[in-house]
Amino acid sequence: MTLSTSGLTLRYGDFTVLDDVSMEMSLAGLHGMIGPNGAGKSTFFAVLSGFIRQNAGRIAFGGTALEHLSPDERARTGFGRTFQIPREFKHLSVRDNLKVGARRQPGESLRHLFCAPAAVRAAEREIAARVDATLAFLKLERVADALAGGLSGGQKKLLELGRILMSEPKFILLDEPYAGVNPVLIEELSQRIRELNAQGIGFLIIEHNLEALNRLVDDLYVLDRGRLIAHGRPDEVLAEESVRAAYIGGPA
Amino acid sequence: MLDYALTLAVVTLIYVLLAFALDLQYGFTGMINFGVAGFFGAGAYTSALLTMRAGWPAPFAFAAAMVVCGAIAWPLGKIALRLRDDYLAIVTLGFSEIIRLVLVQEQWLTNGVQGIPGVPRLWPTWTTAHSELFLLGMLCVANVAVVLFLRHLTHSPYGRLIQAIRDDEVAVKALGKNPARFKTQVLVIGGAITGLAGAFFAHYMTYIVPDQFVPLITFYVWMAVIMGGVARLSGSVAGAALLVLFLEGSRFLRGVLPWVSDDAMASVQIGAVGLVLILFMRWRPEGLFGRAREGSR
Repeated sequence: MTLSTSGLTLRYGDFTVLDDVSMEMSLAGLHGMIGPNGAGKSTFFAVLSGFIRQNAGRIAFGGTALEHLSPDERARTGFGRTFQIPREFKHLSVRDNLKVGARRQPGESLRHLFCAPAAVRAAEREIAARVDATLAFLKLERVADALAGGLSGGQKKLLELGRILMSEPKFILLDEPYAGVNPVLIEELSQRIRELNAQGIGFLIIEHNLEALNRLVDDLYVLDRGRLIAHGRPDEVLAEESVRAAYIGGPA
Repeated sequence: MLDYALTLAVVTLIYVLLAFALDLQYGFTGMINFGVAGFFGAGAYTSALLTMRAGWPAPFAFAAAMVVCGAIAWPLGKIALRLRDDYLAIVTLGFSEIIRLVLVQEQWLTNGVQGIPGVPRLWPTWTTAHSELFLLGMLCVANVAVVLFLRHLTHSPYGRLIQAIRDDEVAVKALGKNPARFKTQVLVIGGAITGLAGAFFAHYMTYIVPDQFVPLITFYVWMAVIMGGVARLSGSVAGAALLVLFLEGSRFLRGVLPWVSDDAMASVQIGAVGLVLILFMRWRPEGLFGRAREGSR
């Protein structure tokens, strides 16, 4: 089972944001993606998850062609994502944020809500138990009933991860999970990601914290000005001259 | 005096129904509906015409007003929700004016600007006073039923989801849920409640004309929701009561400003109401019953 793109291209007028990006990664793996600011990493995530439509190219997720599906349809195939700037539901409690993540809720259907209240209550009990487990897993119990809008940046990142976990994804795109997170929490977050990966969830992670990312992922993809310029084991990739040039601005 | 109190109570409860509908759409779901007056008018005319021309009993005509207003909300949602968020505001405002112009132009059906006189009271064989009291009672029943319905809806997983849509639609999509579906449903439910308010209005006034459904009515309902506090049903009640208090209270400006002409007085009245809204936004933006919101300032 793989996530693959072939010839993925996005242009805004004369400006090419993604240039013929082709890759194939295992859905079971822990993959990283790096590149200088403006390389097109977050745009690549937006195209994969359907929020931006590509000009050309194909995306396949475990055998399903994604390119013609809407963002919510893509998510329902088990393809989850978080955002570079957290998108918490700020007027809902942390607990309710997580509950919204749960899939196939009978209580979200008007018919069930008014005609099958017992089924709704049973589902709510099950969801509440899963929320408690997720809160404990991410160590967010202390803020469970606080409004999500008041959390710190790091807590919001954890909340977004928790919310996407509630939707039972097979593969998660994480956009800068360590940004704004304190060093102690970074190691904990990495540990949580490893545990989730051991349970069978794959990850593709955009991150500027190369040290933490390298300790975590199996392989690295490097994007520069919309082009995929390198792929391989983290230590090998970072040793490549072209990568150092793109990242640090040294001689190519 | 008793007549006046009765009128105030009926008008207030009609505004409460309108505020409930708008609060569901805006306060809970974040949809900007500037077409309240259009739905209100469609409900009033539907019920009036069905009772007068087709001889329907009032309960059926009231139900039909709800169904018709819900039904016209559906395509509106289907069209507008494909566009960017703020387009809903423009589309609904346009829709409201289209409804009013149809009421003016389609004379064969609506009698044009002359309007429809003689809309039957709810219990036509009773005396006017008794019939009006009966209408007030029914209006109370309708308000309680709508409150119970909305409380159940907003305190459920459905209510949680529509509030999530209000806060961040993109994040809801990323969780595999389709916001457009829920927003269309909310537009339909709100449309139906607004239509019900219109039916009560028609059978209370007994005389309806297109000019009763101008965009100013939409503005008043927005005012009630904002003053009361969004996403709070108690706020809708308080906001509507406060609105009627201001609208009626500003009539007494006449005594304070005797030198102002009658024509100018109408403008002064609207200006005074607008000033109150500005003061609210300055000193209590969350409304009377609203929670101070994180990140809202």
